[in-house]
Amino acid sequence: MTRIADMELKLKDFMQDYPWRELGEIETAKRTKPLAECRVALVSSAGMVAPGQAPYDSKVMGGDWSWRTIPRNIDVQSLTEHHRSDSWDHTGIEADRNMGMPIDRLHELVAAGVIGEVATRHISVMGSITATGRFIRKTVPEIVEALAADEVDVALMVPV
Amino acid sequence: MCPQTVGLVQGALETAGITTTGATGVAEVSEKVGVPRALDIPWRLGYTLGEPNNAELQREVLVQALALTDRDDIPVLVAFEFSGTS
Repeated sequence: MTRIADMELKLKDFMQDYPWRELGEIETAKRTKPLAECRVALVSSAGMVAPGQAPYDSKVMGGDWSWRTIPRNIDVQSLTEHHRSDSWDHTGIEADRNMGMPIDRLHELVAAGVIGEVATRHISVMGSITATGRFIRKTVPEIVEALAADEVDVALMVPV
Repeated sequence: MCPQTVGLVQGALETAGITTTGATGVAEVSEKVGVPRALDIPWRLGYTLGEPNNAELQREVLVQALALTDRDDIPVLVAFEFSGTS
């Protein structure tokens, strides 16, 4: 884990003062069938895009709140990463895109019988969003609608 | 910011009836946001899955995150555990 107290000064000050959004009391969704029968989708905040998709725009004030879908059968190593933050180490994803969007690993977990199925598409966002209003109002409901339409049983978050 | 961003998605998915889990590199943020389930990973930011081209370790991260969906004692925030092979 990375502790806020151990971050470099400028980032630490920001992280300590930032008014984090709190989910509060929410209804949670209990898994209703065995994991080995579940359809699983990834939600990655690594800012990854598929060939032909527009990259995330690092100039958007407050953070680019747009989103992309990444298809199940893509060559994972063909993805490119467009996350604007320099507060994390990009070298892992540069070396292996599964570090940000581990679709290959999900396929292996299906083959091993751990999960039932890989969802037809996965969700990509660019996680460096300090102004969350547009993301919450527009992007989040669209993502929920997409994963509900795909009848996803379990969504697995991959932040960077 | 990333744990907050995915946390906001996570909360909305749960409310819509989709079970969620995931990893976090900054447990303090995930706790503050109040995500229902998260695996606290021990590596530096950007290395959420452990190590490039180490499929076994990457799978282990996903397996341990997925295992949190067995738990009813929400919120669940547990540390990644190294097995004999990882």
